Amino acid sequence: MPEFLQKLERQFYVCFIEKDRWKYIVEGLGNTLKIALVAVIIGVVLGAVIAIIRSTYDKNAKNMRPGVGRTFLAILNWLCKVYLTVIRGTPVMIQILIMFFVIFAFAKDGVPVAMLTFGINSSAYVAEIIRSGIMSIDEGQTEAGRSLGFNFVQTMWHIVIPQALKNVLPALANEFIVLLKETSVACYVAVNDLTKGGEIIRSTTYVQALPLFAVALIYLALVMFFSYLVGKLERRLRTSER
Amino acid sequence: MKKFSKVLVVIMALVMVLAFSACGEKTGGTLSMATEATFPPYEYYDGDAIVGIDVEIAQAIADKLGMKLEITDIAFDSIIPGVQSGKYDIGLAGMTVTDERLLEVDFSNSYATGVQVVIVKEGSPITSVDDLFGDGNYTIGTQTGTTGFLYATWDIADEGLGTVNSYAKTTDAIEALKTDKIDCIILDSAPAQALVEANADAGLIILDTEYAVEDYAIAMQKGNTELQEKVNKALDELIADGTVQKILDKYITD
Repeated sequence: MPEFLQKLERQFYVCFIEKDRWKYIVEGLGNTLKIALVAVIIGVVLGAVIAIIRSTYDKNAKNMRPGVGRTFLAILNWLCKVYLTVIRGTPVMIQILIMFFVIFAFAKDGVPVAMLTFGINSSAYVAEIIRSGIMSIDEGQTEAGRSLGFNFVQTMWHIVIPQALKNVLPALANEFIVLLKETSVACYVAVNDLTKGGEIIRSTTYVQALPLFAVALIYLALVMFFSYLVGKLERRLRTSER
Repeated sequence: MKKFSKVLVVIMALVMVLAFSACGEKTGGTLSMATEATFPPYEYYDGDAIVGIDVEIAQAIADKLGMKLEITDIAFDSIIPGVQSGKYDIGLAGMTVTDERLLEVDFSNSYATGVQVVIVKEGSPITSVDDLFGDGNYTIGTQTGTTGFLYATWDIADEGLGTVNSYAKTTDAIEALKTDKIDCIILDSAPAQALVEANADAGLIILDTEYAVEDYAIAMQKGNTELQEKVNKALDELIADGTVQKILDKYITD
């Protein structure tokens, strides 16, 4: 066997087989998936709420009569804008450190803190994606719905949102992919995620390439898998266009 | 728009010129040192400068060799890969000589002795090192890649006796201990003392029993015998004439 293959084999043994080190990777992968999944749910729900507030204001405020309703909506819209500015204007790594060491200083486990941090972070981006989707639907669609006797909520729910979601699906999928990779920041608050799993192996064995490439490959495989699923969903949704 | 792109071109040209000139400076008489500066009193920030025992020893060696010392502050677990790949000439970070590290880098002669100790909060159920191996299933805080981290991982986590939470910075581990995220920290005694004193109001104490005793040395690229001979010669002279001891006494008083 050539020498470099032998060396590779030895390194592979040291990195993954010896002392069951592969468990770091598997455990880390589990945590990464858990964090990304919960975060994406928080992100989409929170993001949708913000998007609906923002687009309702943008579409309707100028036609509303001055009064409690309009003032309330204006305040909500302003709060959402501040939220978006702060969340999108600060790095996620600083956000998770603030959450772990300041706001949730009492929290022992970093995993729930990471879920919430990435969820909140993602919600800001999702909100703007969904809002752009809602705003992209032609005004005529809303007018048609209203003239058929639907109220505002029914028009949104049955006519505008389904079309909007279909339009923004690629952007949303992209946001999920970004989020999945961004969770690697969680290792700064001692979460044993996929990245940290690789780092632990790297710092106990001093082998550099193998753990790094292993971790990179797993992220890549995950992203490719999710892209495939989204592609399938997009094709399904497109069948209604004929 | 046109004006803007012109400005952009000028800026980019400037950046490139600066980048090239920076490349030129690197050659010649610099001794580049990698360290991790949350390890008082061996290396820590005083204002915007990195100071400490390791910095002074490295400076003394650089002076003897007639070279200019250049310090880079990086994550502790990146020091060995950095030295191994030749990015940095020497690594000084209160680094212990271990068999695993010797496979990747060569070490100078030892210049100081370190002791691994356990930091706990006052009133902690952990009263001696032996308690860590009991059935308390404690969460142990460490700095990633340090010997404290290695011992905790091998002796405790791998044996199923507890959990290891590792942080990039010693100061983050202290913060985690203060807020009860972890039950104890395994760390070298000198930085442990400095960090406990710096957080006097938090009620942290160092256990009397020691976890391990070890030797600190300078990491250098494997096979770079020319550098090793020069550094070892300078270090031996500095140890022989008492300079190293003087530096140690200046920072560690007990």
